[in-house]
Amino acid sequence: MDLAFLIVIAFGLAPLAAWLGGRSSALVALVPLALALCFLAIVPPVASGAAVSTAYSWIPSLGVAAAFRADGLSLLFALLITGIGTAVFLYASLYLKKYPRLPRFYAVLTLFMAAMLGAVLADDLLLLVVFWELTSLTSFLLIGFSPEQAMSRRAAQQGLLVTVGGGLAMLAGVILLGQITGSYSLSGLIARKDEVAAHALAPTIICLLAAGAFAKSAQSPLHPWLANAMVAPTPVSAFLHSATMVKLGVYLLARLSPVFEGHATWVLLLTGFGGLTMLVGAVLALRESDLKRVLAYSTIISLGTLVLMIGIPGELSAMAIVTFLVVHALYKACLFLVAGIIDQQTGTRDSSALGGLRQAMPLTALAALAGSLSMAGLPPFIGFAAKELVYETGLAASASGLVVGIALLANIAMVVVACILSLRCFAGPRVETPKTPHDPGLAMLAGPLVLAALGLVFGLAPWLVSDALILPAAAAIAGRPIDYTLSLWHGFTPMLLLSVVTLALGIAVFRNGTGIRLRLAMVEAIPRWGPDRAYDRLIQGLQQLAAWQTRMIQSGSLRTYTGYTVAVAALAGLSALISQGGMAWPDFAASRQPELVIAALLAASTFAVLRARNFVAGIAAAGLVGFAVALLFLFQGAPDLAFTQFSVEALSIVILLAIIGRLPFRDSDYRRRGERLRDGAIALAAGIMATLVMLSVLAQPFDARISDFFRAESLPQAHGRNLVNVIIVDFRALDTLGEITVLGLAAIAAAAVIAGLRRATAGDAR
Amino acid sequence: MEPVFALAFGVLVAASTYLIMSRNVLRIVLGLLVLGNAANLSIFLAGRMGTRTPPLVPEGATTLVGGANPLPQALILTAIVISFALIAFTVILFESAHRRFGTLDTEALRDAEPKPGPKPAPAAAAAPVAGDVPAAETVR
Repeated sequence: MDLAFLIVIAFGLAPLAAWLGGRSSALVALVPLALALCFLAIVPPVASGAAVSTAYSWIPSLGVAAAFRADGLSLLFALLITGIGTAVFLYASLYLKKYPRLPRFYAVLTLFMAAMLGAVLADDLLLLVVFWELTSLTSFLLIGFSPEQAMSRRAAQQGLLVTVGGGLAMLAGVILLGQITGSYSLSGLIARKDEVAAHALAPTIICLLAAGAFAKSAQSPLHPWLANAMVAPTPVSAFLHSATMVKLGVYLLARLSPVFEGHATWVLLLTGFGGLTMLVGAVLALRESDLKRVLAYSTIISLGTLVLMIGIPGELSAMAIVTFLVVHALYKACLFLVAGIIDQQTGTRDSSALGGLRQAMPLTALAALAGSLSMAGLPPFIGFAAKELVYETGLAASASGLVVGIALLANIAMVVVACILSLRCFAGPRVETPKTPHDPGLAMLAGPLVLAALGLVFGLAPWLVSDALILPAAAAIAGRPIDYTLSLWHGFTPMLLLSVVTLALGIAVFRNGTGIRLRLAMVEAIPRWGPDRAYDRLIQGLQQLAAWQTRMIQSGSLRTYTGYTVAVAALAGLSALISQGGMAWPDFAASRQPELVIAALLAASTFAVLRARNFVAGIAAAGLVGFAVALLFLFQGAPDLAFTQFSVEALSIVILLAIIGRLPFRDSDYRRRGERLRDGAIALAAGIMATLVMLSVLAQPFDARISDFFRAESLPQAHGRNLVNVIIVDFRALDTLGEITVLGLAAIAAAAVIAGLRRATAGDAR
Repeated sequence: MEPVFALAFGVLVAASTYLIMSRNVLRIVLGLLVLGNAANLSIFLAGRMGTRTPPLVPEGATTLVGGANPLPQALILTAIVISFALIAFTVILFESAHRRFGTLDTEALRDAEPKPGPKPAPAAAAAPVAGDVPAAETVR
């Protein structure tokens, strides 16, 4: 099957999804389902080790290709995206029934899904970046689902800025990688992994790529955007958290794992930030009572776990990553959808105001229980196998005490979250809620129930997924084939002991949950000094900087603009002259000629312009400057110029005096003394620059080719003896036409200004 | 001889930029007048001086040997007219602005980009722009 075609189809399905979803038809779930079936069809060949790939030439000169490739890892992600997408599409058709902007919602959701598919299937790093940013853009629209709410706008903007900012870092890393290997092919990169990992730039590349992945996967301290994204409707949260968006960062790290596996920077970054994220997520989850936010923080714990596991080299960790990934996707989607049902049916998602819902909504309770058991890691659910694998990897890793300790804390928090979702909400005595709850329609129940059931089925029969999906994906992460039998029961091992300890401690914490939660919630340092506040400060600072810079540069004052322009031109000219060695010192000795009088006249009349007390004197002095230049023309073989200049100068004086007849001539400069000194310094710099540039020009040998052409060809070709006239009316006639046009336009514009003025004054008079 | 005129060129440029940075629009007009002459002078100098013979092909000859450089002269001829048009238009604009707003002060001619008022967005209310002065009183 042509993968590129499949991606195009996925994007092209957006209008269909908008149409079906806009009518709240459950059939909209067929869109992701059809894609899921297409991907299921290529499971057998991929499982046997033959990756499916397609490549089209895109920008060959840059080594960029529209290449797609489905190996075990990509296919697993594609199946998760489309499979959980099916549940989410179906669920939303009922959950968002009354929402007016449904067509837009489904269109964006489909585009988001297609972008995710493109990102996980891309076999070209730049293509991956493109799809990566597309997921950021579409998730911006999904998080900002209710643009009329300030919270929603802020969360959408935060998510966009953080993930796109990370994406830029990642782009830099990708370009560096491309310069090392000479192409952007992902599979080509993995084939040359030894060369890349040994390169001097490898640590820089790792940091840049990890920054992108960490931003996307909400690693601490970039995690707040994920918790704030909870303002999105529940189906979106379920999709973003379980199979898409945040998992994309994990995908990138897993994809590059064979290249950088064991590299010191890689191990340090991933285990360090992964462990930190697990701890931060655990603390934040324990102090929260809102169901969706509790789940969001448990996602952050899971993402930390995944990143930590990727940092640990070896085949065991690869198995742990993939199993944990599948387990997490299944139970997290299930529990989010359950939380949405609870929210909609009871009118609240505050777990401290919920209880005893099992009789009112038994099917929801069943899904919640099964999902929670998988999350808590109890047999016979597949979550148990995942947790055992994580512990086993931790025990085998170097610094195992630290890794296992963090994992223990994180898993205790997971058990507590699982208990909140199941026991707190559904067991115990019935608590009154704003609305009377009952099980929702099939469209909303089907997804959670099926996902929960899959957690049980895969646990009872791990071979169903093991050989076909998990092993090929783990092999892609490890970079070599893996021989491992996924099973629930490993006998009495240290991992089992850890599991028992986790469960016991988790239940103990849950029983004292309210006390711990309230005590943690009292810690004011978290909201005050947390990264979310830092983000606000950063954005505020950025706005202040922009405002300050605008006031400085775009002050609205004409003379400030002029001053900046002249100063920059002067300094740029001077620095170029000095740094490029263009300074030339002239020989003034040969200058003793009668024309020097004209130079003196020029200087004197310029000085007179500056000293003029009123405008009439100023204009006369300026005219004198013009006459001095005209004299120079006259004595230097340019009589035509001199005559033109004389007449234009005379005309100028007359016309100016006529136009400006009503203006207050006697006003002089309004500048204060300090401003005059500053402007004088700028003007002096400009004058020095002008002189130096002119001297440098005069020091160059003169290239007379063009002038000689006119001297030779004027009579033969244009039949004119006056070379200047010939140039103007013949050789450069178009230029002259342009000049006439400019004059005409100036006249028309001036007439328009005067006419407008007449109308305005006439209007005032009325 | 050119180096001396290069100095004169610098003087013209300095004086004209100083005038253009002024707050009085009439002085800006004077600056434009001087700047136009400076530009013409620079073209003339770059084409080199030194001969007093105009670029005319003598009777009987088909080509000119020596004589002043004709190319800068043609360029300057265009430039003179253009700078004249520019100045005439500028003056009409200033005259119309003066009739409408009653001032020649560029700091007071800012309808398009008004000064930040007393009550902009609360966060934006900050220190006044450096060099801010009270708008000069209207002179009629």
